[in-house]
Amino acid sequence: MTLFKKNSFYDFAYKRFKKNKLAVIGAAVTLLFVVMAIFAPLIAPYEPSEFFFVEGQNVYNKYAPPSDGHLLGTDSLGRDVFSRLIYGARVTMMVALLAVSISTVIGTFIGLITGYFGKLVDAIFMRIVDIVISFPVLFLLISISTIMKPSIWIVIFAIGFVSWTSTARLVRGEVLRVKQLDYIVAANACGSSSLKIILKHILPNILAPIMVQITIGTAQAILMEASLSFLGVGVQQPTPSWGNMLMDAQKLLVLRDMPWIWIPPGIVNLLLVLAIYFVGDGLRDAFDPKQ
Amino acid sequence: MYKKDEKKILLEVVDLKQHFPIETGFIFKKQVGAVRAVDGISFTVNSGETLGIVGESGCGKSTTVRSIAQLYKPTSGSVVFDGLDLVNAPKNEMLKARKNIQMIFQDPYASLDPRMTVRTIIGEPLDIYMRRGLLDEPMDKEMIEKRVEDLMERVGLNRAFKNRYPHEFSGGQRQRIGIARALALNPKIILADEPVSALDVSIQSQILNLLSDLQKDLGLTYVFIAHDLAVIEYISTRVAVMYLGKIVELSKSSELYHNPLHPYTKALLSAAPIPDPVIERKRQRIILTGDVPSPNKEHKGCYFYERCPMRMEKCATNIPPMHAMGNDHAVACWLYE
Repeated sequence: MTLFKKNSFYDFAYKRFKKNKLAVIGAAVTLLFVVMAIFAPLIAPYEPSEFFFVEGQNVYNKYAPPSDGHLLGTDSLGRDVFSRLIYGARVTMMVALLAVSISTVIGTFIGLITGYFGKLVDAIFMRIVDIVISFPVLFLLISISTIMKPSIWIVIFAIGFVSWTSTARLVRGEVLRVKQLDYIVAANACGSSSLKIILKHILPNILAPIMVQITIGTAQAILMEASLSFLGVGVQQPTPSWGNMLMDAQKLLVLRDMPWIWIPPGIVNLLLVLAIYFVGDGLRDAFDPKQ
Repeated sequence: MYKKDEKKILLEVVDLKQHFPIETGFIFKKQVGAVRAVDGISFTVNSGETLGIVGESGCGKSTTVRSIAQLYKPTSGSVVFDGLDLVNAPKNEMLKARKNIQMIFQDPYASLDPRMTVRTIIGEPLDIYMRRGLLDEPMDKEMIEKRVEDLMERVGLNRAFKNRYPHEFSGGQRQRIGIARALALNPKIILADEPVSALDVSIQSQILNLLSDLQKDLGLTYVFIAHDLAVIEYISTRVAVMYLGKIVELSKSSELYHNPLHPYTKALLSAAPIPDPVIERKRQRIILTGDVPSPNKEHKGCYFYERCPMRMEKCATNIPPMHAMGNDHAVACWLYE
């Protein structure tokens, strides 16, 4: 397979990654969930927000246990849990990926300029990082959701804006490491501009840790979305997400007697996060064989 | 072939100082001192010659060449290259001058970008200057490609390897890549920062021979740093001995090795083993006591005072200037006043 240029850094990393069984399984599981999310309308038997009634009566078919009609039963409003689970993958992944894109772009940009230019820029931005790190996310989100109409975009931006700090710190550290290497001095000595040095020499050489950070960030964003939605300040009903499907488990009755409502979203959440972490670990080992 | 132009001064360094500030404080920094890496050195380099700079670790050799190349902004002093004062040169003039001042680095593993192919690495200076429109004669992509291949052959690399990555080469081959990159823009002077220190002895001689061949064929001028006295003797026309950011002795290579004047030079030369066991057994070593003082300190007297076996009262309070001893030999020591 010629995915990468022969003998390049990524070619070697790809070969090492392929040998890591856990990482390959993780990648396969992740891919499976992605496929499931993309083809949700084809897989799910019902619409996610479709209400079901008890046969012959004008009453919602709430808390129905798993049956042939509803593979994983129905929830507190009589909606099909299995269909919501599959559509929920879409929402959950979209939130996670968009949030990570935001945090990676901000974090990488700030990390690059603080690491490269240092001095006052560095001092100012790193204090901003400290402030953002110490900011209570939950409080922020609850305040926002009381002021504005809660929407999926608010969740995405909120997660993105609080999680760029670890990327920024990582990138800054890597830039500081790479910046003092002789090939950067060499580029300076032959008249490269700062922009060119940052984009052509520094960024390609720190891409590997950034990619690891992206995978781990995605897993963390999924967890964050789940906890926010569980508390009711994340993705709002009727849009299904794995987090807000767990909301029903806040009721003791559901938690005790109706495991079909909360175990499946809990398990897929756990599975996907675990799979992504395995991929992240595999990438880290593949990129840095020295350890 | 290059015609030898006698005694044309190509590079003149006058009282160059490079101090790095030591700062403390939170956000608003306060300077509390300075590392005096290079503390007022002056020398000239003639066209076509090799000036060797020798000295122990941390004496400011590397900083000197980096300051000359304006990779650091010198604290004071001037660097005049081909009639242009680089320290105060406008950006555009500096870019043009950079074409003629190229560098070779010590660590052949760190000096090549691991994500780039050899072709990109060697072609990078050409690429940069092509884009800026500052090449002597405009080149297109194919001409650069051709030039890269020629350069590879010139430094003894197979042109078929141009799409390989640095990690596929040995240390010596990598150093050849670094040399090819330095040659790409047809520079007049090459600042070589310990180009052979990281290599095996057998490879060292290959690289040294390559460098002297290139000098003969292309009329290059070198400023060559090393801590190995034998290497310096082999390659240099003239040698500067540095100690703690100062030049203590500057002379023709043969003169320096046969007639060292400064107590530090004497100690340095006495430390080098002689490859003849009979003479080696009789070798008298001058053992210096104490460590090199911290470069953060400001000196009132001779920089070598604390460790000098011949120190006099005068040395503690007066910084010795360079005394010309005739025969192109200068020494910074009160013994030769």
